Amino acid sequence: MIQRKPNTILFLLLGLCLVSSFLINLSLGSVTVPFKEIFASLTGGEVIKDSWRYIILEYRLPKALTAIIAGGGLAISGLLMQTLFRNPLAGPFVLGLSSGASLGVALLILGAGVFGGTLGSLLASSWSLVLASALGSFLVLLAVLAVTFKIKDTMAILIIGLMFGSVTAAVVSVLSYFSNAEKLQQFIFWSFGSLGNQSWSGILILATCFILGVGLSILSAKALNALLLGEQYAKSMGLKLKQKMVLIILATSILAGGITAFAGPIAFVGLAVPHLTRQFVKTSNHFILIPAVLMVGAILMLLCDSIAQVPFTDYTLPINAITSLVGAPVVIWLLVRKRKLFF
Amino acid sequence: MQHHISEHIISAKNLSIGYSNGKKPAIIVAKDIDLSITKGQLIAIVGSNGIGKSTLLRTLAGIQSPLNGTIDFLDKPSKSYSPLELASLLSIVLTEAAVSKNLTVLELVSLGRQPYTNWMGSLSNNDNAIILEALEATQLSEIQHKKCFELSDGQLQRVYIARALAQDTPIILLDEPTTHLDLFHKASILKLLKTIAHKKQKTILFSTHEIDLAIQLTDTMIIMTPETTVHNTPCRLIEQNVFNTLFPEDFIVFDKMTGRFTIK
Repeated sequence: MIQRKPNTILFLLLGLCLVSSFLINLSLGSVTVPFKEIFASLTGGEVIKDSWRYIILEYRLPKALTAIIAGGGLAISGLLMQTLFRNPLAGPFVLGLSSGASLGVALLILGAGVFGGTLGSLLASSWSLVLASALGSFLVLLAVLAVTFKIKDTMAILIIGLMFGSVTAAVVSVLSYFSNAEKLQQFIFWSFGSLGNQSWSGILILATCFILGVGLSILSAKALNALLLGEQYAKSMGLKLKQKMVLIILATSILAGGITAFAGPIAFVGLAVPHLTRQFVKTSNHFILIPAVLMVGAILMLLCDSIAQVPFTDYTLPINAITSLVGAPVVIWLLVRKRKLFF
Repeated sequence: MQHHISEHIISAKNLSIGYSNGKKPAIIVAKDIDLSITKGQLIAIVGSNGIGKSTLLRTLAGIQSPLNGTIDFLDKPSKSYSPLELASLLSIVLTEAAVSKNLTVLELVSLGRQPYTNWMGSLSNNDNAIILEALEATQLSEIQHKKCFELSDGQLQRVYIARALAQDTPIILLDEPTTHLDLFHKASILKLLKTIAHKKQKTILFSTHEIDLAIQLTDTMIIMTPETTVHNTPCRLIEQNVFNTLFPEDFIVFDKMTGRFTIK
């Protein structure tokens, strides 16, 4: 008989982990807020100190939501790229999206120094940062899509994406070389990545990108399953390959581009989370992988952010460093233990 | 001769195959191919390396377009079929494809139902029954929950064939299904294909270098040489001395009595 194992237990466990890491993330920070009071703030109940409510609702909650969106979104875009390019090394940034965002921000921050003038300093507010990086990734996305329409070979697209990344990185270096120390520092801080300091309106935009990207991913899940057999098989089963490829690349770009714009270029999550998830989810069905990868990505990001806060101190470490410091050993340990990369 | 129109499942007229790249002149691999293939046959395509066996299969499968001439399926031009209609008419088995080995046998075979399922790919009872039948026909029921990376080459080949069976098409095209296999597994794959062709009335075309096995096991053979492409039963092909045109005659000759090639 054909048996398909239900995944209820898996998703229950993941859900439980997600909720607990969400609460852990909310309860940790430089100010100690009692657990009961966190709950009261969230549910709109009586809170002893008004400052606690403010910290939870205006600082920690937006940050935790950003962590969920950033972790889940980047992880999904990594999964999409790995399946589309049939390459375990692919991640959301192979298409040069983050390099595009970096270039946008570099032009804004560093270009202001190089070209001088009041125009530069006027633009360097936080909103224009978001705009610049979104514009940067969007332009690279357009270039990649144009290439996708022209070239059939996904490997060629992968390499072209890397070339885009290489060129933009070079332009960023040139800009860095000519800019002053203060501007350079500002740019480097952006590249550390940051989940905090999001306004609620920012989160609304972020959430819109997220829902759009995840929706497109779920719509492409059947095509992604077919692509597990490679392009020729997928085509032979009646798949409209070009159309689906555009849809998948669009989903990745919306997710990775939007998140990079708000939270900076957060490395590692997109590449590692899909591999991490495949170690314990015993299926390649994207209808199960997509939600699982989303949840694992969100959990990982929440935990990394909790660590980055360095509980009970005033320090906040760059999130970009923590995701790699925490994540990389986990992935190495898993691979060494199982001696096999499931892909 | 009496013809039942619907019996001609594949027919090709004046077919030229090869590669064209926009402005450059097209590279013709083989030309003047005429085929008329009836239902329920196991057909081998043989010829030396680079003669165009794979190109012919790819052209028939619609992966690449013919340079000239026409292909008809069930007396309708192949171009008149939509991708989805074509997917319920012919399925393919490729050896050197970028297939994820992390799929279980069951998952991989189930993917064959894709042309018939909804946007979520949910399988109906009918889908499940067809998948089960495909697993049984290829003797994979026992190992259906194994991952593909745990399988031997012979088992893997059967999995790809089962996937094509699950796609439930009257035509199956296979590109060198017996490479990397030992004699026993080569013979069992071909035997399996013959059983499927006759029992389920499917038309199965495969390219191969195992000419002596093909002579024993196939219904008809398509012989591709630089000059011509001929299609006939193995016996008639032997009578017509076609096999001697396959390779340089001063080096390899075909012995009509034993049905084998010998090296001079």
